[in-house]
Amino acid sequence: MSGSRERILARVRAALADVPAGERPADVEVPRIDARPAGRGGLDVLVDRLSDYRALVHRVAPEELPGAVAAALRRRGARRVVVPSDLPPRWTGAWADTDSGGTSPAGARVLRDAGTGIAALDAVDGVVTGCAVAIAETGTIVLDCGEAQGRRALTLVPDYHLCVVRADQVVDDVPRAVSLLDPRRPLTWISGPSATSDIELDRVEGVHGPRTLEVLIVG
Amino acid sequence: MSRTFIGMPAFPRAARTATADAQLRHNLRAATRTIRGKRAAAVGELDDWAALRAAGKAVKERTLRHLDRYLEQLEASVTAAGGHVHWAADAAEANRIVADLVQATGHSEVVKVKSMATQEIGLNDALREAGITAYETDLAELIVQLGDDLPSHILVPAIHRDRAEIREIFLRRMAGWGVPAPEGLTDDPRALAEAARVHLREKFLNARVAVSGANFAVAETGTLVVLESEGNGRMCLTLPETLISVVGIEKTIPTWADLDVFLRTLPRSATGERMNPYTSTWTGVTPGDGPQEFHLVLLDNGRTDVLADEVGRQALRCIRCSACLNICPVYERTGGHAYGSVYPGPIGAILTPQLRGTGGEPEASLPYASSLCGACYEVCPVAIDIPEVLVHLRERVASAGGAGHRVEKAAMAAAGWVLGDGRRLGAAQRAAAAARSLVPRRLPGPAGAWTDTRDLPAVPGESFRRWWRDRRVGGADTEAES
Repeated sequence: MSGSRERILARVRAALADVPAGERPADVEVPRIDARPAGRGGLDVLVDRLSDYRALVHRVAPEELPGAVAAALRRRGARRVVVPSDLPPRWTGAWADTDSGGTSPAGARVLRDAGTGIAALDAVDGVVTGCAVAIAETGTIVLDCGEAQGRRALTLVPDYHLCVVRADQVVDDVPRAVSLLDPRRPLTWISGPSATSDIELDRVEGVHGPRTLEVLIVG
Repeated sequence: MSRTFIGMPAFPRAARTATADAQLRHNLRAATRTIRGKRAAAVGELDDWAALRAAGKAVKERTLRHLDRYLEQLEASVTAAGGHVHWAADAAEANRIVADLVQATGHSEVVKVKSMATQEIGLNDALREAGITAYETDLAELIVQLGDDLPSHILVPAIHRDRAEIREIFLRRMAGWGVPAPEGLTDDPRALAEAARVHLREKFLNARVAVSGANFAVAETGTLVVLESEGNGRMCLTLPETLISVVGIEKTIPTWADLDVFLRTLPRSATGERMNPYTSTWTGVTPGDGPQEFHLVLLDNGRTDVLADEVGRQALRCIRCSACLNICPVYERTGGHAYGSVYPGPIGAILTPQLRGTGGEPEASLPYASSLCGACYEVCPVAIDIPEVLVHLRERVASAGGAGHRVEKAAMAAAGWVLGDGRRLGAAQRAAAAARSLVPRRLPGPAGAWTDTRDLPAVPGESFRRWWRDRRVGGADTEAES
């Protein structure tokens, strides 16, 4: 209702009668925290913080990645996984490269997302994605729906999320992540698996989001 | 679900009942102490906390002093990104806007992300009257909704319930709202969370409309931000076709870069975590991903009244972390319900009387629901001087008069006369000591209201001044004797 728009804005202006007419927002100084020295984060801190959130973490060399993905999925007992349509085929190649929806020697299937329905997502055992940025200081992985990440629903509905983080995607802290990310994309910041502390502040992992987060740090 | 805070007893009466509940006090003490310890550790990890706190305060200060400009910018950004913006002057208008939007979709059920703003306006009740069922999906809010109860904490709304009570609520009420609790449900938090997962999953996978609040709204980009833990927020923000977000006008921040300050201070202040498990941001609509229709309802509902008060305005900086609740000795003993306000604890004691005015009894009592110890100010990540605002509001309540305040003024005037002169004080103390066996536990007449909420101390046998004088005359080694 446009009447309310004008009324609220008029009330805001009346309420701010004490603010000098010539004051501009920039005149209200915000003490910016100077860039902190780089290198405070790094892979070791990221591994430590992710583990603290009870995510499963492994560091692998680039050439080991396909084997590590296959091993993780085998440990998990996954029979069907969904992946973003643009996930590098090599990542799941050692397990089952089934662009056509084929079956691997182990009898497992990789479903490349093409607008998969929610019910179908609910029926898969897990999802494999990349990420946009990872933050060492907080143990946070950020997905921006860019390359190898797919739609938001992919990493939400299945109970298991296997996320591949390249070493060059790791930043020290939150300010660096914020400066790299594009707010016009929908972002999902993930710090450990889904958790609740609503019952006597007893932490329980997994209520609605994936109950298990496994991270492969490459490089 | 027609429960409401309206008509709740004023704080002193409610607090007397609450503090007599040993179970409640036990639950609260355990919970608040746990969060306090975690918060202190998480904050201690950052060496620039003081600078972050100053930055958070300044960003909010800048926004509030130029809120008209930022609201217009926010509206333009959201619209440019494919969203729709609605303005709601009060609760009734906000509720009507949301109900109309839901009805326009042709659906009669909505899933909800925990939101203080929608609690404040009583949205669930209003939707029910419009024939729409609202399902709360945060675990604690679910417990509150199924228990036909009221939230008692900003962040952990069911903090007053223990696991046995929660099990009982699930067994008794889940079936009436959808998937029933499993047979043989134990009170293990893991089992209770699993029951909630199964119960709510049916709702998520079928939901077409969601209602949320937002922690922040970025004017520069039109981006909305929700911080959460469980993933219920992501479910609601991602799977439905239509998303309606009800957001107080004070949640605006100027730029995307400003967000980093709050992403560092909010999780650490709130749950004592380096980062909450999930944060979602969205800007308008994204083709092929998430809701394809997005509505932002900008809510005033008294906020411009708060903004008009130069002292009280700082309450609008609040980012709802609830650190002030967890540190407050009064909250720890009374719990959230005693405040009779959607916003409990120290922040509620200054926010509610400003949002609703101090004309009513519950609101007028809230500025007194504090010992003014200042702990709330110390922990506040945006440095709201809650004690300053409390005193400011007490002045407003007192100057408005009322029987209790006239008696208090007369008593203070008499005390000033006695205390201002040594001889008068001595005479009064001698008289009090002589009459001490006659002093009642409750003062008579209008002053009785004062002793209703305080324990009257026993009158000592002699005054300190007299004791001191006698000791000094009696011997030099008085210190050794005691």
